[in-house]
Amino acid sequence: MDLHLSKEQEMLRKMYRDFAENEVKPLAEWVDENEAFPEETVKKMAKLGMMGIYFPKEYGGAGADVLSYVMAVEEMSKVCGTTGVIISAHTSLCCAPIYENGTEEQKMKYLPKLCSGEWIGAFGLTEPGAGTDAQGQQTTAVKDENGNWVLNGSKIFITNAGYANVFVIFAITGVSTDKRGRKKKEISAFIVERTDPGFSVGKHEKKMGIKGSSTCELIMEDCVIPADRLLGKQGKGFGIAMKTLDGGRIGIASQALGLAEGAIEETIKYTKERVQFGKRISQFQNTQFQLADMHAKTEAAKWLVYSAAMKKQNHEPYTMDAAMAKLVAAETASDVTRRCVQLFGGYGYTREYPVERMMRDAKITEIYEGTSEVQRMVISANLGVN
Amino acid sequence: MKCIVCVKQVPDTSGVVAVKEDGTMDRAAMATITNHDDLAAVEAALRIKDATGCKVVVVSMGPPPAEGMLRELLAMGCDEAVLVSAREFGGSDTYATSQILAAAIKKIGVEDGDIVFCGRQAIDGDTAQVGPQIAEKLNLPQVSYVAEINVEGKDVTVKRLLEDGYMTIKVQTPCLLTCVKELNDARYMSVGGIMECYQKPLEVYNYETLKDDPLIDVTTIGLKGSPTNVYKSFSPPVKGAGMMMEGADKATVEKLVSILNDKHII
Amino acid sequence: MAFNSSDTAAFKGVWVFCEQREGVIMSTSYQLLSEGRKLANDLGVELCGVVLGKDIKEEYLKALGGYGADKVYYCNHELLDVYTTDAYTKVICDLVEDKKPEIFLIGATNIGRDLGPRCAARLHTGLTADCTHLDVDVAKYKEFLKTTSTIDVDNTVFEENTNLKMTRPAFGGHLMATIICPRFRPQMSTVRPGVMQTQPYDEAGAAKTVIENVDVKLDKSDIHVEVLEVKKAAKKLVDLIGADVVVSVGRGISKDVEGGLKLAEELAGVLGGVVGSSRACVDAGWITADHQVGQTGKTVHPRIYVALGISGAIQHLAGMQDSECIIAVNKNDSAPIFDVASYGIVGDLYKVTPMLIEAIRAAKAEK
Repeated sequence: MDLHLSKEQEMLRKMYRDFAENEVKPLAEWVDENEAFPEETVKKMAKLGMMGIYFPKEYGGAGADVLSYVMAVEEMSKVCGTTGVIISAHTSLCCAPIYENGTEEQKMKYLPKLCSGEWIGAFGLTEPGAGTDAQGQQTTAVKDENGNWVLNGSKIFITNAGYANVFVIFAITGVSTDKRGRKKKEISAFIVERTDPGFSVGKHEKKMGIKGSSTCELIMEDCVIPADRLLGKQGKGFGIAMKTLDGGRIGIASQALGLAEGAIEETIKYTKERVQFGKRISQFQNTQFQLADMHAKTEAAKWLVYSAAMKKQNHEPYTMDAAMAKLVAAETASDVTRRCVQLFGGYGYTREYPVERMMRDAKITEIYEGTSEVQRMVISANLGVN
Repeated sequence: MKCIVCVKQVPDTSGVVAVKEDGTMDRAAMATITNHDDLAAVEAALRIKDATGCKVVVVSMGPPPAEGMLRELLAMGCDEAVLVSAREFGGSDTYATSQILAAAIKKIGVEDGDIVFCGRQAIDGDTAQVGPQIAEKLNLPQVSYVAEINVEGKDVTVKRLLEDGYMTIKVQTPCLLTCVKELNDARYMSVGGIMECYQKPLEVYNYETLKDDPLIDVTTIGLKGSPTNVYKSFSPPVKGAGMMMEGADKATVEKLVSILNDKHII
Repeated sequence: MAFNSSDTAAFKGVWVFCEQREGVIMSTSYQLLSEGRKLANDLGVELCGVVLGKDIKEEYLKALGGYGADKVYYCNHELLDVYTTDAYTKVICDLVEDKKPEIFLIGATNIGRDLGPRCAARLHTGLTADCTHLDVDVAKYKEFLKTTSTIDVDNTVFEENTNLKMTRPAFGGHLMATIICPRFRPQMSTVRPGVMQTQPYDEAGAAKTVIENVDVKLDKSDIHVEVLEVKKAAKKLVDLIGADVVVSVGRGISKDVEGGLKLAEELAGVLGGVVGSSRACVDAGWITADHQVGQTGKTVHPRIYVALGISGAIQHLAGMQDSECIIAVNKNDSAPIFDVASYGIVGDLYKVTPMLIEAIRAAKAEK
């Protein structure tokens, strides 16, 4: 395994960092306080090709690789967790399933607009009664006499929902019976556009962290879409969802990684300035050891994330790698940001410093796109422990 | 029409400045950046490219690692790069530097309609001399301290900064403009641009490449051809320690004011 | 005989370019004449002022003698009213080629720094930018080094010559470099405005000034630019250079920019001074560029310089460290500003400044 970044990747890192520092960081506090979706930032990122980093140029992508995408989410999340997840959900959960499962016509119709940021993408799997347990799905899709699909049901906790134009939606298209006579829901994936009749965006969730990320309900009431919106083969939706989530986990792991790194950077800076008992707090061994531990853990998480990204790039199996990366990065992010708040003391608990925000943002990385418990299930299943 | 932009890679003096034992700056130990005013010049050229589709060529004189900076400028959208680099060019003062850059620009070719851009000055030398001197060597009209540019066909109308105002000046292409960083905010490299920048042409002009130009002569380039020489260089002394006041409360402030009063400073 | 800049023996006399705008001589010219007078005395040569313009009042030309000029070359032409690089370069180079001065000083204004390099390139001679000190005499140069450098002057060998030793800050003030131009003439230098001291005006000198009208050969075809408009900034710019007291703000006001600026203005008001700033504040758009002190801003040496929340990057120090009394307030006790401060207070500027204003008011009221 080559552990060196290419010249292009080094240059991308520099660009991401410059952009994050100058364009994203100054807005992070405002985005959080006002629960504001950073629309202008998204436009700026889109202009730089950051909304379609690893897709080929013929589809409007920037032609870079998965690791280059991971680094973008990481660098944005260092300064603003909200901005990180916007790219991640758009890229991994909407562009990727269309690119990987779409017909040539679907790819040409949707990817150029998504990659250029003209359209924002989202992913609708979770329902009030079905999170990771996809068999609990209630949304249905039925073919009408004209060959159109008619969708009915609702989805919740959909990232980017309030601003997205394109949604990859999962719905039940039938029920099959297996050999032992058990009924099994047959799930299919669809591309739904915001303007489709019968489609609407419902209530906006108030969250603990990543407050600027738009998390809403999606409602489909006799939502009619043409036949050519079926994504992949009919009945293959569950596989598409699981594969998409494998990729999405790499994105969320990158977000978690960035949050941990960002909190450490802020804490190092602060502990060198803050004086207590006549010494800078960086001179206390507790501070030194805490930061050493945090950095070591974060670096370990980083290699898991990068290695999962490289495996995806090389078309090697990466399901377990993505699960491990997300599990470790998310738990590291939660642990590190919490410890950073502690090192800041009382100031860390105030909104004057960014670490409390990072701590709130970090928590979600242990929950969405598969909780840490689900990641453990994935890993143990891959180990054959069942 | 095309734009030729002269850029310089400079040590980043905004951070920690590394100084060698002999008191000279340790350039190798310092991070390098593209000079701010030069970036404004690049952006100005790229905006003309956005509007007209013209070609943008960046040229830099410096040691081989300056290639990294040129690649970044290609990643921003410039089309071609030229690195002017040779042992013979080392030690050049502004006069000699302008001879060499002018020769390089002649080789790239200045045609009707072209604009040559420079930054106003480099943060490591702060001389602001190379731009006007290149203009003289190329026999081009110049406008320096440019803070606004408007191109309409052959006419270029610019706002030129004065200390207490500005001049609006009209000049025709080909011409040379030196830009101040206030002119614009330079764009970022784009992801796509970065992926392409190593495929774009980057030519190295060495002594052999330029030696036939009448501007290139041992008496006009390099350390030996530089009219100015360093007589002495020295570090300013650290000023004697002042008085640090104890505390930061009312008593401290009153004590300070009484000292100032006693010394008739206020 | 063709002009040859390397025939150094043929050149004599010290010249100062006396820049005019709207028919009025700029004060930088007086500073340069005062400095040029010393150099001319050391060399035993004439000091000449060079004025390009249109119908400049004779009293203005005569006044140059009051600051030390023996002679004024006056180039009067319609096309010299407003500065253009082409016209000024041509007229000056023609004059230099004819009269051959050994030293030519130009104020490092936005115009001087456009004109100087173009002339030097045409004349094939050296030019040193933005100088802060000039000497021809080695003994005097050594005296200068004794107070401004870490060099052990008495145990260092200096080459004896009467070349112009042009000292300027390099690398943002981290280093000082003294530059010479030994093989070519004239030795050209742009000199930073506000650095050289203007000598008292001498009535007798003014009366003796010889004004020589130069036969200007210039026509429209020499000029390749067209000046459409010259506009002064609407807002009155702050006069940092002439100020007796400067109260400057830095990044430390980021917590509350408006409040920080207000405190600085109030303190400046009490002390009878003006507000300056570090580059960070200008870059952040908190204050206009005319307030900037430092390497890329203005060089000041007021009687009192107060630095509020300025860490003291070397570029800033370069523009203010020669102030007579420096008072620094900064939260960070290791900020470099404290290395040059006469008095330092480690504390929050938002707390210290109001107390300082009150204490100074009280002290003034007692008088």
